[in-house]
Amino acid sequence: MKGYRRYFANKLIWFFITLVVAFILNFTLPRLMPGDPVAAIVSRMAQGMSNATGVQAIYEQYTELFGINRPIHEQFFIYVSNALRGDFGYSISQYPRTVADVIRSSIFWTIGLQLPAIIVGWILGNALGALAAYRRGTFDRVLLPASLFVSSIPAFGMAVILLVIFGVSLQWLPTSGGYGYDLIPNLSWNFIWSVIVHYQLPFWTLVLITIGGQAIGMRSMSIYELNADYVKYSRFMGIKDNQIVRYVFRNAMLPQITGLALALGTMVFGAVVAEVVFSYPGLGSTILTASLGQDYPLLSATTLIISIMVLVANFSIEIIYGFLDPRIKAAQAD
Amino acid sequence: MKHTLRQVFRSGKFVTGFIIFSAILLTVIFYPMIIRDDPLQIIGQGTFFPPGIYVNIADSMSSTRYILNLDDAAAKRIASKLNDADREAIREWLVGAGIPEGDIDIANTESLLGLWVSNYDTTVRIPGMTNADRNYYIRLNRSLDGLLSEEGVTIAATNPDTNALEATGTVELTEYANIREVANVRILPLGTDNFGRDVLTQLVTATGVSLRIGFVAGLIATLIGLVLGLVSGYIGGVVDDVILFITNLFTVIPGFILLVLISFSIGQEQRGAFVIAVVIGLTSWVWTTRAVRAQVISLRNRDHVNLSKLSGHSIAHIIIRDVLPYIASYVIMAFILQISSAILAEAALSILGLGPRTTDVPTLGLMMNWALIYQAHILGKWWAYLPIILVIALIAFSLNLMNTGLDQVFNPALRD
Repeated sequence: MKGYRRYFANKLIWFFITLVVAFILNFTLPRLMPGDPVAAIVSRMAQGMSNATGVQAIYEQYTELFGINRPIHEQFFIYVSNALRGDFGYSISQYPRTVADVIRSSIFWTIGLQLPAIIVGWILGNALGALAAYRRGTFDRVLLPASLFVSSIPAFGMAVILLVIFGVSLQWLPTSGGYGYDLIPNLSWNFIWSVIVHYQLPFWTLVLITIGGQAIGMRSMSIYELNADYVKYSRFMGIKDNQIVRYVFRNAMLPQITGLALALGTMVFGAVVAEVVFSYPGLGSTILTASLGQDYPLLSATTLIISIMVLVANFSIEIIYGFLDPRIKAAQAD
Repeated sequence: MKHTLRQVFRSGKFVTGFIIFSAILLTVIFYPMIIRDDPLQIIGQGTFFPPGIYVNIADSMSSTRYILNLDDAAAKRIASKLNDADREAIREWLVGAGIPEGDIDIANTESLLGLWVSNYDTTVRIPGMTNADRNYYIRLNRSLDGLLSEEGVTIAATNPDTNALEATGTVELTEYANIREVANVRILPLGTDNFGRDVLTQLVTATGVSLRIGFVAGLIATLIGLVLGLVSGYIGGVVDDVILFITNLFTVIPGFILLVLISFSIGQEQRGAFVIAVVIGLTSWVWTTRAVRAQVISLRNRDHVNLSKLSGHSIAHIIIRDVLPYIASYVIMAFILQISSAILAEAALSILGLGPRTTDVPTLGLMMNWALIYQAHILGKWWAYLPIILVIALIAFSLNLMNTGLDQVFNPALRD
């Protein structure tokens, strides 16, 4: 257990370091821009905002929150302590709602959509890729160019194509929103059904996008492993094909898990943009609202939340990886 | 070198990708030489004109008239105004108005129109008919007016003295104009967009700009990645630790978060296409650094490098002569991937409303953004969004193919 503890402790420390850096970047980047950030924010507010009370409240809060007159490290601690309490100030474009309130209403849509979609897409993609590597022949020859092309279609493109086919032409599924416009979120059967129906297009878009890239990666990993010496040796030993295949795919899976961790950022970016196409009420649409409304506090908090989500997902994958990788298991025995 | 190139061009995947990419590149270069229209000029008054050849009506009336006796002309004319759905709708109205169903033959245009003309009345209320249906029938009735007539169309002009309409000529139904003799014809192969701009011309320019963005971003990312990877891998020690730490940080912290934050902070006025390209480049060097560093570490202790060190060559000399040639293929592959991901990043940024400012140049992302904002996909205006998705997918596909082809040439273990 000692080796495991060291592995997990190491990952945990790393998780906190990245978290702190994400915080610091979120804090510094706006301040690195030429000019006074509060002045810049206020000047943007003047363009996009008609609510004078809102401008006033935000100006005061931001001079307070940014504390421009205080030393920079003190400003940072104010920012952190406010953020830790879940206080991100007021939203400029949706005043008098607070940023925390806007994010609270959208974060579950994003998690509910992206987490299952990426997992399902990853599993399906790996299964297909492994199958392609094992079966070879026509299955492989058709599948490889197809998945190369599918994985070349950007997430928003796939979203638009599915939307046009199933939402506009066939009219099987609704084209936008997370639930019917005529409904108020509650726990009625009607509302849940509406959510399920609205869920389908964004979900399958993300699954399709994920499948393509994963299948290609898994296929080449499996081919690489199938040509490895231990496979030939096992064959000479007379070990059954089924058993060998199990070894091969287990070995090919490990880099795929790392690959998932590394590709997570790109995937979430694609998913965030696909949300915009479907006007799904998640964090992607929140970024769009924030950027159209020049809403700095909202954008900055949303990006922070997304980074934290990615970091947590990454951390979880590495923990799972620790249990799966035989080398880490071996290190534990030492 | 020559051998490697020959090997690369024998890879089917690489060649396919190369041909597609070259075709796109050649179009981007030569199209503006032939068609010199300003891509951002607003020519259409209205949104989303469908693709086709636009012929000036006044010019075609004044051009030479040719008489062609075509048998199916009348049938085509009727079909264009009265399709099967319209016939069915007429039958429904007539049945609703109390005409026995047996009398109505929707295949016989003449009898159907006869029944329609003698029975249709805008004031009649058919039970269960919505207001939209009512308006549809009014429009249909108007378009059917004079459909069966074999007379020509009379052209009239206002007399400036009396203000009365006077016939100045007629156009027979058998008269044709030769499109080559009409002074003003504009071909819009992909129609117009929401602003009334020529989609094809704009698309070609946008593809060029996006490719340039990809190239600049890719170049910046690859250069940073190459330098950091070389320094970190070759020099090692504390420098390596620091660079590795930073690299590991930014592999976990998503680059797009930085991209979104920086693009937003720069502000709309400062965001030109070039600035966006630089920002994309500055946020996507991580992969190249990792790959180059790993390669350099495995190269560092090879015999030929040690020999070079013993011979007293400078570090720069060793890196350029003994290390770079071995990682060149990786760097080129990384560069190719950077181009395609930078083009995608620009498009995604634009859709989030954080793309380059809209007034100077079109980019693929901006075009997509406008098409989405004006709901081209929901309204069924395929020419405003589908070509853009297709071009982006083709660019990414061709670059990925080239990359896979190169990978198979340089990593024999992956070969089929």
